[in-house]
Amino acid sequence: MTDSSTADTALRLDGATIGYGDVAIVRDAHLTVRRGEALAVLGANGSGKTTLSRGLLGLAAVLGGTVEVLGAPVGRLRERGRVGYVPQRHTVSGAMPATVREVVGVGRLPRLGLFGRPGPRDRAAVADAVDAVGLADRLEDPVASLSGGQQRRVLVARALAAEPELLVMDEPTAGVDAGSQEALAGVLARVSARGTTLVVVTHETGPLAAVLSRAVVVDSGRLTYDGPLAGAETLAGTGGHHHPGEDDGPLVPGYRLDQPRPAPDAVRVRNGSR
Amino acid sequence: MELLQYGFMQRALLASLMVGLAAPAVGVFLVQRRLSLLGDGLGHVALTGVAIGILTSTAPVGTALVAAVLGAVLIELVRARGRTSGDVALAVLFYGGIAGGVVLLSLAPRGQATNLDAYLFGAITTTTAGDVTAFAVITVVVLGVVWLLGSRLYAVSDDEEYARAVGLPVLPLNVVLAALVAATVVLSMRVVGLLLISALMILPSAVAQLVGRSFRQTLHLACAIGVVVSVTGTAASYYTGTPSGGTIVLLAIALFLLVTTAVTVRDATARRRHGRRVEVHAAHPHEHGEGCGHRAVPHGDHVDYDHDGHLHAPHHTGTGVHYDEHSERDGRPVPARTERS
Repeated sequence: MTDSSTADTALRLDGATIGYGDVAIVRDAHLTVRRGEALAVLGANGSGKTTLSRGLLGLAAVLGGTVEVLGAPVGRLRERGRVGYVPQRHTVSGAMPATVREVVGVGRLPRLGLFGRPGPRDRAAVADAVDAVGLADRLEDPVASLSGGQQRRVLVARALAAEPELLVMDEPTAGVDAGSQEALAGVLARVSARGTTLVVVTHETGPLAAVLSRAVVVDSGRLTYDGPLAGAETLAGTGGHHHPGEDDGPLVPGYRLDQPRPAPDAVRVRNGSR
Repeated sequence: MELLQYGFMQRALLASLMVGLAAPAVGVFLVQRRLSLLGDGLGHVALTGVAIGILTSTAPVGTALVAAVLGAVLIELVRARGRTSGDVALAVLFYGGIAGGVVLLSLAPRGQATNLDAYLFGAITTTTAGDVTAFAVITVVVLGVVWLLGSRLYAVSDDEEYARAVGLPVLPLNVVLAALVAATVVLSMRVVGLLLISALMILPSAVAQLVGRSFRQTLHLACAIGVVVSVTGTAASYYTGTPSGGTIVLLAIALFLLVTTAVTVRDATARRRHGRRVEVHAAHPHEHGEGCGHRAVPHGDHVDYDHDGHLHAPHHTGTGVHYDEHSERDGRPVPARTERS
């Protein structure tokens, strides 16, 4: 019984406190995500939602409690290659030129061990991942020649090439044009249908709302909501519970970047509880 | 060839060939990682090793290698600790390295310390047969490791955070890269010199980066450029009587300026052409769309329109629709600065 429930669980946070150095940012978080679920992590800028996701990746320290990823404590997960990651970044950064194929090929490396060289299976996975994000005809192009939205899709493809069991994305739609957002929603729907667990950190679900079924809301480092995505919408809409998201506009499907909202700093100062 | 008649010249050319090949092969990763000056720092550290070698009458190539590799590992460990003092710790190590080298060399028996210049800036007459053998081993090891681990080194240099998140061994790979840099620094000490080796790691990569399309192509191009400037500079220093290291680096800088200028002119020309077309199009406003009379050409994530033989790729700007020129051959948009003015 215990075994099967563990096998079913993609993520388990039990009283987890996550932060950097000895500064706790997310406190006492409880969350269990079953395999195949598609979870939105919502919250305003500075709420701690990104830190929460970085805790799942071993990029932020677990200062207390338990964080289990794919059945193992996050620090001891052997095959990190089972986790895919799309960082919060608008472009592919490298100073040197690289083709789409080369950047996406990095996604396969964790599966190859230290000295393994990519075989036909790996090349096929790279081509499939690039195809999935709609850039098949740009495979041999330098990433620098792609638009910002396309470069984001390259980073998504890099994560997909790993054929991850858990895919963590940080603000995948921020600064991405509407067309690319729709395309991303389509990609995530297919990935989710394959059984991959999704964790999408965002403050604007946009077209992704169609894919994400469940949501947690992070507010000042605490999980203040856990339930259906639509419920997070109600929460924000009624304003019965105070959280920084109110000032950011509703944390809801269809929320768009071009709506006016206060500068993040203003939000942070008023809610700066740390 | 007159210069090939001399044994010292043959050895110097061999050494320059090897360093020309190896330095850019590790340099591209340093440029990628924005750590261009690591080679410079390790050159400082290697000087202490050279001094110890001379003082103890051991081959300085060996002691320099040990000092530089130890320094490299230390630097990576300090960086991995990530405390604010890392920057200062590096400075202490680097300047400690060169100060220690100078002081120790001054203690050496009279007459020996005078070839400090040769270690710092390269001198073609100093390469011994033993050096050539040691350099050959170092070159094979450096190129072998780059061949084996190149894609991992690329991944870690490109996006360290991603590499860590997906479980690549980030610290060991960084240590390996630093050790490769250290080995290459030592390889340089006869023809390029410890103070100038960093230039031979960085400049060929900087040139290749301007014209390369893929990382692999850039790496190969950088190595080719490294070999050309290194061998040419060494040969030139025979005729001009100038230090080989300085001659090589000046050649590399000349090449860098030349290619930068050529690329700038090419881009400016493309932009001007684009600007002219924008004016032409502004004179007859027309929005492409279904049934607009121009042949639609699906192109990746958008549709181009065949407008009198050139392809228009529409995208929306603040003021309306703007068309980039997409050539049919490589499908890359021409840089379009004019639209923003």
